[in-house]
Amino acid sequence: MDYSQFLIMKQEIALLVVFLLVFLYDTFMPRSAQKGLPVCTSVLMLILTVAGCLDCCLCSTDNQVAFGGMYETSAIISAIKNILNIGVVIVLIQSIKWANGEFMIMRRGEFYELLLVTLFGMYLMISARHFLVFVIGLECASLPLAAMVAFDKNRYESHEAAVKYILTAVFSSAIFMMGLSFVYGVAGSLYFANIYTAIYASPSIMLVMAVAFVIAGIGFKLSLVPFHLWTADVYQGAPTSVTSYLSVISKGATAFAFLVVMAQVFGSLYTIVWEWMLYALIILTITIGNLFAIRQRNMKRFLAFSSISQAGYIMLGVIAYNTLGVAAMMFYILVYIFSNLGAFGVIGAIENACGKVSMDDYRGLYKTNPRLAFTMMLAMFSLAGIPPFAGFFSKFFIFTGALQGGSIAIYVLVLIALINTIVSLYYYLLVVKAMFISEEECVILPFKSACSERLGMWIALFGIIFLGLLSPVYSTLIDMASVSQFGMYFLN
Amino acid sequence: MSITIPILILAIPLFMFIFLGLCGKKMSHLLAGTLGTLGMGTVLVLAYSTAFNYFFSGDPLFINEAGERLQYIVFNQTWLQFTENLTISLGFFLDPISAMMLVVITTISFMVHLYSLGYMRDHHGVFEKGFQRFYAFLSLFSFSMLGLVVATNIFQMYIFWELVGASSYLLIGFYYTKPSAVSASKKAFIVTRFADLGFLIGILVLSYYTGTFNFTDLTSVPVAGLENVYQVSLSTPESVLSIFQGSAAPMFMGASVLTWALVLIFMGGMGKSAMMPLHIWLPDAMEGPTPVSALIHAATMVVAGVYLVARLFPLYLMENSALVIITVVGALTAFYAAMVACAQIDIKRVLAFSTISQIAFMMVSLGVARPEYHEGLGYMASMFHLFTHAMFKALLFLGAGALIHAIGSNDYTAMHGLRKYMPITHWTFLIGCLAIAGIIPFSGFFSKDEILSACGNYSTLVYIWMSLVAFLTAFYMFRLYYLIFWWKEHKVHEGHHAPHDQPWTMSLPLIILAAVSVVAGFIPFGKLVSWNGEPYDFMAHFDWGVASISLILAVVAIALATVMYRKENPLPDKMQAALPALWKWCHHRFYWDELYMFITHKIIFNCICRPLAWFDRHIIDGTMDSFAILTNKASEAIRPLQSGQVQMYVWIYAIGAILLGGITILCLI
Repeated sequence: MDYSQFLIMKQEIALLVVFLLVFLYDTFMPRSAQKGLPVCTSVLMLILTVAGCLDCCLCSTDNQVAFGGMYETSAIISAIKNILNIGVVIVLIQSIKWANGEFMIMRRGEFYELLLVTLFGMYLMISARHFLVFVIGLECASLPLAAMVAFDKNRYESHEAAVKYILTAVFSSAIFMMGLSFVYGVAGSLYFANIYTAIYASPSIMLVMAVAFVIAGIGFKLSLVPFHLWTADVYQGAPTSVTSYLSVISKGATAFAFLVVMAQVFGSLYTIVWEWMLYALIILTITIGNLFAIRQRNMKRFLAFSSISQAGYIMLGVIAYNTLGVAAMMFYILVYIFSNLGAFGVIGAIENACGKVSMDDYRGLYKTNPRLAFTMMLAMFSLAGIPPFAGFFSKFFIFTGALQGGSIAIYVLVLIALINTIVSLYYYLLVVKAMFISEEECVILPFKSACSERLGMWIALFGIIFLGLLSPVYSTLIDMASVSQFGMYFLN
Repeated sequence: MSITIPILILAIPLFMFIFLGLCGKKMSHLLAGTLGTLGMGTVLVLAYSTAFNYFFSGDPLFINEAGERLQYIVFNQTWLQFTENLTISLGFFLDPISAMMLVVITTISFMVHLYSLGYMRDHHGVFEKGFQRFYAFLSLFSFSMLGLVVATNIFQMYIFWELVGASSYLLIGFYYTKPSAVSASKKAFIVTRFADLGFLIGILVLSYYTGTFNFTDLTSVPVAGLENVYQVSLSTPESVLSIFQGSAAPMFMGASVLTWALVLIFMGGMGKSAMMPLHIWLPDAMEGPTPVSALIHAATMVVAGVYLVARLFPLYLMENSALVIITVVGALTAFYAAMVACAQIDIKRVLAFSTISQIAFMMVSLGVARPEYHEGLGYMASMFHLFTHAMFKALLFLGAGALIHAIGSNDYTAMHGLRKYMPITHWTFLIGCLAIAGIIPFSGFFSKDEILSACGNYSTLVYIWMSLVAFLTAFYMFRLYYLIFWWKEHKVHEGHHAPHDQPWTMSLPLIILAAVSVVAGFIPFGKLVSWNGEPYDFMAHFDWGVASISLILAVVAIALATVMYRKENPLPDKMQAALPALWKWCHHRFYWDELYMFITHKIIFNCICRPLAWFDRHIIDGTMDSFAILTNKASEAIRPLQSGQVQMYVWIYAIGAILLGGITILCLI
């Protein structure tokens, strides 16, 4: 066996090293030093991210395949992993205060270990070129999350959320496996490349069901409507750090993995089969996510529905099915990470300080905590897509990406998405209105947020303000996407 | 050439804007002002070194073996990529006119920064409120203006064009508690913005047909063997030519599309450069602080329109009709503004109309430039006049600022006889007047003389017309000069409160600019700037006839002004009584503002806006409201879906998955 193949997996191996270091720290460091674990993990992840970004920028990675074609990496794949890393660093920084709380003393190590394991699973999902590896990644990224959701042992909602999550997750896995077995039945192989050639442009009933089940299985993690019902309860019940992790990292990674599967396995069936499935799902997802978000009063639940509709926008990059769409989708994920984590940073800070998560409690926040209110406002603006914040550019790029296809149906789809941004503007501004305009008595008293929380918010703010204006980011993504392996699967 | 210096030239003012804007309030007034001035001083040094390097280093990037100056793109970074072809870049473009503009902008801007340290205080040396904000805005303006002149493509120019407009708006409305300043700033913004609409459409039309935003693609050809180096070609590049000429040339309403695009682009220039009928904002813009008027509304921003036409000149050369329009608009504006300037009382308004008139001179000069007449003398003359005018007009404005600061009023009726009290201001102002009147050897003589000879080559009518304007120019400037500094002694000029010269921060810029105004005429300008980069020896083409006639005209005009205004006498009143209508029309600026008021309030508001408002309130709002109600209803209706029961979730999940496949199968069969 050629051991140099492991070098191709350098990102996974580096992550594994971080995981082992955290594990060793947790196991062998004395009690008194345990408080340093969250900071230590953040720093390690930061080093990994910086190294990864430098590697990604300085060395151009060609397409590389390892382990007999089970594993693939390329510039764009390492780029998406780095984007996820950036998000994870912010999540980790934001979780420091929470992880150092009274309640977490004995268990903070577990939190970080579980988190890193799920990240590893996502890496595998993205790079897998064999369904066996893919499923391992998927499960690796799903099951530990249930434990993380249940982390607030003493809170009833946390349990409920975990139970709901695990039940739906198991069910979705079952459906996904069933889809895979159909695929295996048709193609006789689990290698992506083999399946692609075996089913090339020849749909059968079994294959259509297989595609539907695979979409459903992955759609569970993306919380596409109607596979989204777990989302609100779980987001609300889980600890805020876990919720933010679930809503950005898990979603971003799965979206990319979804693109890989749809292009590299079912690419030839794009126009025949799954374009229309995805078409319907996107409309449902964006619209229903928005309609539910309008009514929410709990901030975490509200962001759950907002993130459902955002997932619909991300899927526009997949249905575009061209290189511009890929780049736009990655940019969208990057911007979404910063915007959503900005919002979650504020929510987490307020929750840690006074335990309030209801939108009604946010009334008059500007008067008592102007900086937090300001951060929240910019995050909301970015999520709603108001220029000049990054969210505007990401929406703009993903729409242009989708419109490249140029069919009437796609125009209609983008139009519906556009109308939905207006609806979303309403509920995002509801938060801003509560914070800035409401004259009622302030519930949240002035407080000073922790250093780590502020750092996390600053990073998010930086991204929200500058990411849209820093053109090289997007043009680099376009360059990467145009030389990526996807090119050969796209129609034009 | 390294890109560090060009980047710094743009980055320092931007940084200063952000820094002073965010932290200005926390530091002392003096520190903020000093920092702003030092920042601009650094930019001045960098811009001078860049321009010096460009003109005199002899680098093959800048000048070829035949001695022709080249265009060089220092850097060009893609900023927005919409599609493969449609990209917008930001870059730094170095050619004779942008290098010249770098010098002009940084010089005037630095002078104004320095001057404002003294000007923006009251008589007791207390700084005005918002002093730091003032410096932040000045930095923003300098940044935008520098970005405008070094634009590599027309879209970058447009972006900075708007930024310049926005900073002008902010600075005109600097005294935002004064209602007149607020309405002046709004007026300036709306009028120029309206003109920019034409500019934008022009850009879109042009780029739609040519498929490019880049100046180099539109007007130049690449130089073989050197990267990023181009040479202006008067015969437009083949790629552009083939689109607009021949039988398949796109037409619109009887004119070629190119003409439309160029005229629309010129409309943007008309707005910024205050050409008739879009000139109405400039006189009102004098509500801003005087240093701002000197910087923005005399020397830099208002010549952006001239610069724009010069930048696209090879394209304009393809369309004779567009150039004729420019000439006509310029000639009318020049005469109109000169007439009005003779009858204003506010000294800043006189200078404002004089600015309009002088910019119109530059426009006419561009409009008459043709290859057959002295190889494009007009182009060179226009740029030369732009340069000299920036210097002496900034000088005049800063001088007027010193007067206003000392007297506390804008009207010459409150001044009179100030020459003994403010000798520095007096002498520098006189130099400015001599320069603008066109007396040898001051700089205005040379540039104006070249414009007149260019006009003379083109058509005798234009020549006579413009000479008349030059005559009026000398007359109204000296009328102003005498009424401020001579006429009669004022009674209150006694004791401690007597007007006096200003501190060195204000006097020094006056002296420097006066010195420049004296000697700038001797710069061999044609050797540095010409329309195709070939050095142009204007002494060889120097027309002594034109020169002596214009000189005689100027002297006569000055003599006339001396007779009428040197000492208090009834002559001006008699003149006024003899031609009451003319005086009234000139004094009221030919009722342009009233005309606009009538058109907007009476016609547009009633006939267009009211029906639109009705449509908006009933149809559009109605649609939106029903949309919102519908959304709300739908949201209420689907609420039971989210029941909280996990069994239900799984059911919906399973049904969803099966339906997804099932419907697709049905459709496939």
